[in-house]
Amino acid sequence: MVKLPIYMDNHATTPLDPRVLDAMMPYLTDRFGNAASRNHKFGWEAEEAVEEGRKQIAALIGADPREIVITSGATESDNLAVKGVALMYREKGDHIITCVTEHKAILDTCKHLEKEGFRVTFLPVGSNGLIDLDDLRKAITDKTILISIMTANNEVGVIQDVKDIGKIARERGVLFHTDAVQAAGKVPFNVNEMNVDIASLSAHKVYGPKGVGALYVRRRNPRVLLTPIIDGGGHERGMRSGTLNVPGIVGFGRAAQLAREELATESAEMFRLREKLRTTLERELDEIYINGDLQKRLPGNLNMSFAYVEGESLLMGINDVAVSSGSACTSASLEPSYVLKALGVGEDLAHTSIRFGIGRFNTEEEVDYVANRVIEVVRRLRELSPLYEMAKEGIDLKSVHWATETN
Amino acid sequence: MAYSDKVIDHYNNPRNVGALPKEDPNVGTGLVGAPECGDVMKLQIKVNEQSGLIEDAKFKTFGCGSAIASSSLATEWVKGKTLTEALAIKNTDIVKELSLPPVKIHCSVLAEDAIKAAISDWKKKHDNNGK
Repeated sequence: MVKLPIYMDNHATTPLDPRVLDAMMPYLTDRFGNAASRNHKFGWEAEEAVEEGRKQIAALIGADPREIVITSGATESDNLAVKGVALMYREKGDHIITCVTEHKAILDTCKHLEKEGFRVTFLPVGSNGLIDLDDLRKAITDKTILISIMTANNEVGVIQDVKDIGKIARERGVLFHTDAVQAAGKVPFNVNEMNVDIASLSAHKVYGPKGVGALYVRRRNPRVLLTPIIDGGGHERGMRSGTLNVPGIVGFGRAAQLAREELATESAEMFRLREKLRTTLERELDEIYINGDLQKRLPGNLNMSFAYVEGESLLMGINDVAVSSGSACTSASLEPSYVLKALGVGEDLAHTSIRFGIGRFNTEEEVDYVANRVIEVVRRLRELSPLYEMAKEGIDLKSVHWATETN
Repeated sequence: MAYSDKVIDHYNNPRNVGALPKEDPNVGTGLVGAPECGDVMKLQIKVNEQSGLIEDAKFKTFGCGSAIASSSLATEWVKGKTLTEALAIKNTDIVKELSLPPVKIHCSVLAEDAIKAAISDWKKKHDNNGK
């Protein structure tokens, strides 16, 4: 019997790995020193722990530890990357290229910079969720200082052609930042092989603690300089002031180490479970659609639309399973997911989408349970759905004149 | 978002799910909302020719739990009522009964619209028959 509720929303956050907590505990208790205290043992052991953590974070992405700037999380990392480059290289140019399916931490940062006079190109994506590399090439001008394209998308799990994007950026002498929060630790990600200059990382997406992230900042070929967005004591080589979150960094380091060591076996297992979930649902239910490219995708991600069944009502039916929906009703905005919209998923289908995020601690029994619950609830809600009834009667829903006076 | 017990009850045990024959002259059908907006309600009433009372009501809803609950409740409420009484049902009554939060008020509005649309469909049929 599976233990309920089941957590299958691992793109939102992941549970803390007990091994990570073990590593952190001493730094939450006895070893409480400030890593910036240079003249006593408390400070030294904290600094040592931070440097060990930094080394492990760097190793996950093939970087040098001196290229890792610790932050409070990926939102800060994204802000520091984009604003830091924009302000530092303003003399050189005022143009930034990003893409419409980026995380809000990038999109809103870019919009903020637009108000300050920068120009931003938001590249579209195809129905598979990928940007067109020719669009990217055409968008680059003499004034382009930064390309920021995420590695893996948090909603649809689609993995961009990062290596090629980095190559294009390098050929044109433009810095390349990638939000690698969902990708690092889940799929092979190496900053040198992928021509990445700046990368955002987060601990809590890789079974580490919340409240700690990192920014990879390349030191040579090219050397990247950033204008800090937080002023203060000059920590992190002046790029990010603030007392270091020692237990967080220790936890992040341990989590990165585990992710690196277990990546091959873990990603194969995620893929196997994801495929079992997908094929079971596809076998038992008609009119379900996968959102985004199926091949270039995180192994643990499945984003699906269940036609004629509104997402929130589906979530309500599977209330012992934690997943998320691209439906408007799950957010305060009443707008369905902008990511699905960008992929060209119609609003009718966007309202019916569910994101499953399989993680390290999910079991095959849980996947079977979730599949069965979804099948049962989708069938029940379709019996309740006037749209399903009309579709079965052969009515083309697109041709119906909907009375929308209330909306 | 937390649901009220009444919303959960209607969601788990929706009342009067189904369809009445659309062509029946005593049946009025209301279809409101749009798939793009994430809510579509179909509410049907059957009016007794002698008594003028709504003797049966059925619904089907595509929408969130609150939308399902609002329409389920609407079918319960219109049953046994005259058309005039049914027309007097206000969305605010539904909001109150189901303890809907502000972001779900549109669900109750849609349910009220569905009742009105069903009644107006029935009336249209009868006006035509009279001519």
